[in-house]
Amino acid sequence: MPQYMLMFVGNDDEWAAQSKEQLKSAYAEIGSWWDDLSKQGVIKKGGELAHRNTATTVRRVSGQMKVSDGPFIESKEHVGGYALIAVPDLDAAIAIAKSWPGKSTTVEVRPIVER
Amino acid sequence: MAAVFHQEAGRLTAALVRTLGDFDLAEECVQDALVAALEHWPREGVPANPGAWLMTAARRKGIDRLRREKRYQEKVAQLEKSIGPLEGGPGVRRVGGGDAQTLPDERLELIFTCCHPALAREAQVALTLRSVAGLTTPEIARAFLVPESTVAQRLVRAKRKIVDAGIPFRVPAKEELGERLEEVLAVLYLMFNEGYLSTGRRGASDRDLAAEAEWLASLVTDLLPNEPETLGLQALMRFHLARAASRFDENGDIVLLRDQDRMKWDRAKIDEARAIVGRFLRAGRAGPYQLQALIALAHADAPSWRETRWPDIVRMYDALLAFGDSPVIRLNRAIAVRHVAGAKIALAEVDALADALGSYHLFHATRAEFLRELGRIPESFDADRRALALTDNPAERALLERRLAAARGLAGQSA
Repeated sequence: MPQYMLMFVGNDDEWAAQSKEQLKSAYAEIGSWWDDLSKQGVIKKGGELAHRNTATTVRRVSGQMKVSDGPFIESKEHVGGYALIAVPDLDAAIAIAKSWPGKSTTVEVRPIVER
Repeated sequence: MAAVFHQEAGRLTAALVRTLGDFDLAEECVQDALVAALEHWPREGVPANPGAWLMTAARRKGIDRLRREKRYQEKVAQLEKSIGPLEGGPGVRRVGGGDAQTLPDERLELIFTCCHPALAREAQVALTLRSVAGLTTPEIARAFLVPESTVAQRLVRAKRKIVDAGIPFRVPAKEELGERLEEVLAVLYLMFNEGYLSTGRRGASDRDLAAEAEWLASLVTDLLPNEPETLGLQALMRFHLARAASRFDENGDIVLLRDQDRMKWDRAKIDEARAIVGRFLRAGRAGPYQLQALIALAHADAPSWRETRWPDIVRMYDALLAFGDSPVIRLNRAIAVRHVAGAKIALAEVDALADALGSYHLFHATRAEFLRELGRIPESFDADRRALALTDNPAERALLERRLAAARGLAGQSA
């Protein structure tokens, strides 16, 4: 079965700025969506990524691996979570992405290369 | 033979894409089969069932091609299965029990795959023309006035994405069909408009994109009947094509609808389009293409520009806006409003669109007309000049230049 990575892209600060109640209900919706798809065997693994402030970048600079603070790309939107799913084709992956309950998130769908 | 090829190329490609899962290989086999037909048919006569003949030829060519590459043994088996045992001799004429009626027509699957929303719009257009309508890459490049290498690259990327991203080869399920059909219709309408606008600058031997788009729309209505929006698009295209002969004068300059010689309109085509309107009206589910077809019908029926049913047209634009507000629709509506409520009110409606349409040449051209009518000549010059600066289409530029020259002459007289 082909696998796809769903990347949930949004604004970390807006997400964090929600009220406690808003966050609670958002997590509840996402949680039940996640549990259903995991039970069906669609979601293989995945999770939420911590705020981008926690990111560390390791990159090769003239042969040396340098460690620096912050995400690889500075932008207003960041990947805030991911799910690896197994579905028959892109249409099925799109259908799952469309059902994502996150309110202000964009979902990028990427096939995993099979070798 | 050209008509047979047109009908069969997409059908063959569809069947082979299904079997092989490979657009490039499918297209090569179809090309080989068409070449074989060009060799055999003039000598031996067109076979009783040209579709089946071509299908058998394409599959045999496919087997030949694949045999050369050992890694495709599994696909060779699939192809052999689909034509039954190979009977002796080179005679691709024998088609066994195969018969065009029993060959499944998978062109609808092919169209939906080519117009998948995960592909870029230009790629959808190029792929549909290549695979379903059987145009060659150079023909597509000439039709869009882009380098051949650009089209080739678009096609390669799109085909690679279909395979790598797992875009399925099928007609979408019922709950997705509406949305996906909208995408197909948008592709065909873009193709049509591109062809229709470029009519004046096409070489004699080039394929007519507008005609291809209409052919594809009629194919979709045949394969998926009872979809009123598809019928609406088909009728809309046919109304436009009925006016084709009067759209350009002997110098290749655009003649606006208001100035066209209505005696040159193709009445038979208008009646065909009217019959299609009857079909979608019976379905009783309104939609944007159907409304645009009804507007085109009102123009087709009008004895003159002045005696057009303008109040009806304004109402149809209002209905169109209810499906989705768009500044371009509002601009067109204002032209109808001008005939119902006068230039002053129409101009106010157009001016309200300045933010959205400031870089659209027809916004300025329309303003220029209203301003001229209201006697605000210097402002109308400015507006026409801005329109001119915003379009590259040679026929549209020529029209605006003529208009500026004429208005300048008039202004000179009155001064």
